[in-house]
Amino acid sequence: MDIIQPASRMTPGPDRRPGFMPWVPYPYTKPCCEPVAHIRAEQLSISYDSRQALQDVDLEINRGCITAVVGPSGCGKTSFLMSINRLTDLIPGCRVSGNLHIKELDVLAPITNLLHLRRMVGMIFQKPTVFPFSIRKNLELPLREHGTHDRTLMASAIEKVLQQVGLWNEVKDRLDRSAQALSGGQQQRLCLARALVLSPDVLLLDEPCSALDPISSGIVEDLIVSLRGHYTVLIVTHNLAQARRIADHVAFFWSFNGVGRLVEHGSAQEIFESPKEELTVAYISGMRG
Amino acid sequence: MPTSPSLSNPPSTAGSPIRASEGFLRRRALWGSLAGGILFVAAAASVFVTLGIVYVLITESTGFFAQVSLLDFLTDTQWTPVFENARFGVMTLVSATVTVAGIALAVSIPAGLALAMYLSEYARGEVRETVKPFLELLEGVPTVVYGYFTLLFFTPLLQTFIPGLEGFNMLGPGIVMGIMILPYTASVSEDAMRAVPSGLREAGYALGYSRFRVAMRVVVPAAFSGITAAFILGMSRAVGETMVVAIAAGQNPNFSFNPTEGAATITAYIVQMAMGDLPHDSIAYQSVFAAGIVLFIITLTFNLIGFFLRRRYKEVY
Repeated sequence: MDIIQPASRMTPGPDRRPGFMPWVPYPYTKPCCEPVAHIRAEQLSISYDSRQALQDVDLEINRGCITAVVGPSGCGKTSFLMSINRLTDLIPGCRVSGNLHIKELDVLAPITNLLHLRRMVGMIFQKPTVFPFSIRKNLELPLREHGTHDRTLMASAIEKVLQQVGLWNEVKDRLDRSAQALSGGQQQRLCLARALVLSPDVLLLDEPCSALDPISSGIVEDLIVSLRGHYTVLIVTHNLAQARRIADHVAFFWSFNGVGRLVEHGSAQEIFESPKEELTVAYISGMRG
Repeated sequence: MPTSPSLSNPPSTAGSPIRASEGFLRRRALWGSLAGGILFVAAAASVFVTLGIVYVLITESTGFFAQVSLLDFLTDTQWTPVFENARFGVMTLVSATVTVAGIALAVSIPAGLALAMYLSEYARGEVRETVKPFLELLEGVPTVVYGYFTLLFFTPLLQTFIPGLEGFNMLGPGIVMGIMILPYTASVSEDAMRAVPSGLREAGYALGYSRFRVAMRVVVPAAFSGITAAFILGMSRAVGETMVVAIAAGQNPNFSFNPTEGAATITAYIVQMAMGDLPHDSIAYQSVFAAGIVLFIITLTFNLIGFFLRRRYKEVY
């Protein structure tokens, strides 16, 4: 594998789209945050009926950073992500054990208010999941669900998030048209706006670009980068080049006989340039997985 | 018959274990075009049957409309075809049809939606697998059984609550018919709800929706076209249903929207006339077809409304 000259890392490239110098990271000028743990998993294990999917994950995720979760299929990445907003509750037979905290909030405690948790933790899925309503209604419904009914308040919140995801100019004249008429990339950005409209602290992105064409994928990727410092972002990705471009930290999972474990966790630079584990070396150089 | 291009220009099979003989290729091409022809005839038959029915309805009722003006037909409130002084106000029959079908829908929409929502969003797999066969069993009950059930059991039951209820009435058959069309409405709506991609549900939950909100705010609107189809289907069935109303709603034409009174629906009138022996060219005989046309138009209208609603709310996944 080519070793990248450190000098090029900090060169602000004019084009950071996939395919164009895919190894050049985004030219961050300031650190994403002070290293404060925002999400803390201790001995986190997930099982489906009797099958262990994830075992003994100890991981701290820093506030305001982009953490990429990488690894082969079936290593428990998505299960890990879904346990953070307790979407695992929906799966019959799924048990999550261990400790999981977002700040002081004990996520796994039965008394945890799911409405509150899911306002705090937004999620984007692989396939855009816009509801079959108008663009406006897609954004109004979550606000209403969380107790906002004031029309002017909602209108300004909607404009703000649509600007934030760069959709405002594209859709401001057709807010009342069906959201399903939008292109895939626009739909994914609308989904991001729908998560952001609830002003979450944490964003979980489950392969947000993998169902999109390269151009849309690049736009969404730029958008994710613009969230850095404002939200704690966890992104599951199979695209190592993407992880390398956008992530501050990388958590590498591997499946041992069907049981997912965290192999290595560190800054993107450590993982990509001086990984400690042999598995990591093999995986990032494309030899396995 | 067009010859298959593979006959005039057979592909080279040299060096391959595949040996397609001329005869094989010819038979294959023949069966291919024969199958297409048979399928076309099957498809065309349904169109011809429909057109044939419309043709018979129209030709038989032209004689009727030569003697009865359309205005009288639509505005008179008496329907007395076999009387000396015969009068033909079809609204008499329509009023009963609309009342009974309306009651049936009023029962079936909430019950069907609740049932479908429970089965699709709440029930665990085993529960659903147990309940659905029972639901579909309702469909297998002959309608004549429903008719006598209404007349002999359900109407007396209702009479203990509603003192003024006549022995023949529209309320009992309406409610029973609402239950009778549940297999259609609930099971088709449930299929539509289950066809909503699970990703939409997950997205709903991820935004903090409760299970009920996901069902009401995400699944039902997303399945709207299918649910509409279910209720249009149920409505058509209720309008066209014969035995229950013929047995339990009485056969006395009565212009009334009062569900406690008995009244003959269009279908009840038609079946009543079909059982008697009417002379072939009498006006009473022809009135059956005139009533049939009205029934046909009502069902067609509902189907068209359903069609446009579905197009209006069409979702593409």
